[in-house]
Amino acid sequence: MNTTIMLFLIQDGITNGAIYALLGLALVLVFAVTRVILIPQGEFVTYGALTYASLSAGQMPGTARLAVAMGAVAFFLDLMAARRSLGFRLVARAVAVNVVLPAIVLALAMWSAAHRAGVAVNIALSLAIVAAVGVFLYRIAFQPLAHTSVLVLLIASVGCHLAMQGLGLLFFGAEGQRGPPIMDAAFSAGSLRFTGQSLSVYAITVAFIIGLWLLFGFTLYGKALRATAVNRLGARLAGIRTSLSGQIAFLLASLIGAISGILIVPITTLYYDTGFLIGLKGFIAAIIGGLMSYPLTAVAALLVGTVEAFSSFYASNFKEVIVFTLLIPVLLLRSLAAPAVEEEKD
Amino acid sequence: MAARLPVVIFALVMAAIPHLPHMPPFWIVLLDNIGLSALVAMGLVLLTGVGGLTSFGQAAFCGFGAYTTAVLTTVYGISPWLTLPASLMVSGIAAVLLGLVTVRLSGHYLPLGTIAWGLGLFYLFGKLEFLGRNDGISGIPPLAIGSLKMIDPGTIYYAIWFSVLACALLTMNLLDSRTGRAIRALRRGHIAAEAFGVQTPRAKLIVFIYAAVLAGLSGWLYAHFQRAANPTPFGAQAGIEYLFVAVVGGAGYVWGGVLGAAIVVILKEVLQSYLPYLLHGEGQLETIVFGILLVGLLQLAPAGVWPWLMSWLPRQPDRKRPDTSLALPARARTAGLPNVLLQIEHARKQFGGVIAVNDVSFDVGVREIVALIGPNGAGKSTTFNLITGVLTASGGAISVLGKKLANAPPQEVVKLGISRTFQHVKLVPDMSVLENVAIGAHLRGNAGALASMRQIERVGLSDQIDQPAGSLSLGQQRIVEIARALCVDPMLLLLDEPAAGLRHMEKQRLAALLRQLRDGGMSVLLVEHDMGFVMDLADRVVVLDFGTKIAEGTPAAIKTDPEVIKAYLGAAA
Repeated sequence: MNTTIMLFLIQDGITNGAIYALLGLALVLVFAVTRVILIPQGEFVTYGALTYASLSAGQMPGTARLAVAMGAVAFFLDLMAARRSLGFRLVARAVAVNVVLPAIVLALAMWSAAHRAGVAVNIALSLAIVAAVGVFLYRIAFQPLAHTSVLVLLIASVGCHLAMQGLGLLFFGAEGQRGPPIMDAAFSAGSLRFTGQSLSVYAITVAFIIGLWLLFGFTLYGKALRATAVNRLGARLAGIRTSLSGQIAFLLASLIGAISGILIVPITTLYYDTGFLIGLKGFIAAIIGGLMSYPLTAVAALLVGTVEAFSSFYASNFKEVIVFTLLIPVLLLRSLAAPAVEEEKD
Repeated sequence: MAARLPVVIFALVMAAIPHLPHMPPFWIVLLDNIGLSALVAMGLVLLTGVGGLTSFGQAAFCGFGAYTTAVLTTVYGISPWLTLPASLMVSGIAAVLLGLVTVRLSGHYLPLGTIAWGLGLFYLFGKLEFLGRNDGISGIPPLAIGSLKMIDPGTIYYAIWFSVLACALLTMNLLDSRTGRAIRALRRGHIAAEAFGVQTPRAKLIVFIYAAVLAGLSGWLYAHFQRAANPTPFGAQAGIEYLFVAVVGGAGYVWGGVLGAAIVVILKEVLQSYLPYLLHGEGQLETIVFGILLVGLLQLAPAGVWPWLMSWLPRQPDRKRPDTSLALPARARTAGLPNVLLQIEHARKQFGGVIAVNDVSFDVGVREIVALIGPNGAGKSTTFNLITGVLTASGGAISVLGKKLANAPPQEVVKLGISRTFQHVKLVPDMSVLENVAIGAHLRGNAGALASMRQIERVGLSDQIDQPAGSLSLGQQRIVEIARALCVDPMLLLLDEPAAGLRHMEKQRLAALLRQLRDGGMSVLLVEHDMGFVMDLADRVVVLDFGTKIAEGTPAAIKTDPEVIKAYLGAAA
């Protein structure tokens, strides 16, 4: 092995790792607030990436219609939940959030697909579509289950993953797609080549880590989210709307997923089911971070990315085996280091 | 035998199904698959639903079972019946190795750890040369009894469903046993279970191995049913699906595993065969519908379909009662006991910079009720935790009958005849009062149910004996904890705020009971805030404030002690 290969592998690992870090952060966020282990995170990645690719290719993505359909269901659920105290404001809000907003996004997507709008518009639209799907997903699937155990939430989460992956195949077909790069610029430093794309991966990851840290550390909404995570009942008694916290968490997670997808779709071809494995690696990073710590998750993600890059170079046959078994010693160390006394949780 | 009647009927119905006229072979195959899946799910019910240890890796254990028999029968030509023990052993040994590593993981790390090795093993199955890589191993011989070869789905059906029924009975018996109660106590945390002598790591490992062996059995049957083994059915996807089965059916119920298997297998099959006709659609329509139905089902019945169905039954099944006429061996009490039962010398506990217990010394004599009082945060419960081994002391010595405890773990302390209750009640809410109390008799062998009946009568909760502990009032739950502690047949009873939440009459009954216990030769150390209760009952009172002992003496002396009054009411008073 020479230094060039090593540097190249490290660079590759860091780029992948940065994506895993973003996803890991989203998983930590959602778990902390809602106790849901978000398996469909991978679908947010593919939906974001393939929606962006479809729009760029002048096609109408099916995800926009999905958002409208889910909005309709959410609207119905909102009305059902509030059927004893229906007021004008409540109905108006439900209509605006669940019906009007996704309809506008759908109209814009149709217009954009027909007129081949620029990269920026397509990115914004893709984010809006996936964010809507994310928020409605929480409203429809998880909000009615919010009181149940982590295990039940996890199984529901797997159910959502199956349904969304199936829908992904329906919308985007079995063919892989690539999207246009966000930035074409590139420069070289020594033997390494930096593309604008990989640099924007780094920049956005760092921005998100800092952003989340600021959000949770210094804003009232962030603190409300954390309070929900620690004690649902207590948070409700203090006037925090826990269902809103859940929706915000899913909004952020779906945005992060979609951004990750848009960042990688110019680098690698994405298929409707690629997201799952990518999400899983973000998951590993999140676990190493203990589903608690954001900085640790980011560091762990870089580690996972680098290990993956090196093992795919040396033992590509056993790449997945190595990445997944990496987890066991880490888990063991973590659980020995902090033998948390966990009592009375269910 | 009335309790077994539904099982017998179920067995007869299952045996009759293949003989029904016009039974399509397709449904027999489906039933075979349900049985295979139910075996794994049953293990998960015990592991996840009952023991609280979520595992995504069960499919890998099926893989161990299937590959073991595949290699042994095809390469070495060994009879399938001889490979059965080998398959079970390999699954079991794999479970011991993986379990030793992963069962120690706490909280959420455990399920994640199982995903990790589940995926790792799946990729490994597909990469190893002697397991045939991704193509797997084919040409596995069928099971055979004499000249009867179980080739078609209708004959292996009997082998599969015999296994399901046998394992279901075995699992239910296990759950109803002493080990079973220890396993059921795991889900609510380990402190209470350990305080009564349950070796929680070992109990966890036992369920882990049991579940793996059931999965191995399913894998062995699968290999001889399909007559081939490849990695796909043993991957993470399958592992997740088994968890589906258990959760949908009702993760806490053995029959929930069977019902869940039926629901999931039939649902998938129906969707796969009929949906394309209905909607002329392409792609994975069935996974979409399956996913949506799954979420819907969970919203309808979050605890699973089995308990949901059972709640519609008009009559709840009777519970059996132990024979109370039998005698129980009592603890051998050393003749001529020394006067001091428990001696605490300069006990000290530091949490970082906080000194919770600071050089506290006091004794508890034989046949004595000692009360430990002090304002909130005085270190009373910490002292309890030091005595019972829940926390390790930072310094000092605690001895029982002159023998130093030297930071013995809770399981050892209880063997010395010291049992306790908890300030925050630690019962398993969905177990009956009788079952909860029986955990207290864990160290007394199989006489647990009998001992607990007696103690429940003694504390006056006979009417509530079959109710789930969680349905009782907080005060009654405290009494249940006392009954559980009494099951140890202790020399020293440690009660942490036993009177909190009790009504006046109940307090008087409790005081009378404690006096009676003392007169019977037991010592009591209690933490309590109700001064009327303490001063009336205790022989001696020890007062703590900010981790330091500030007074000790008879109730009358303590009431007038200026230091105590200052601690409780402030300097100005």
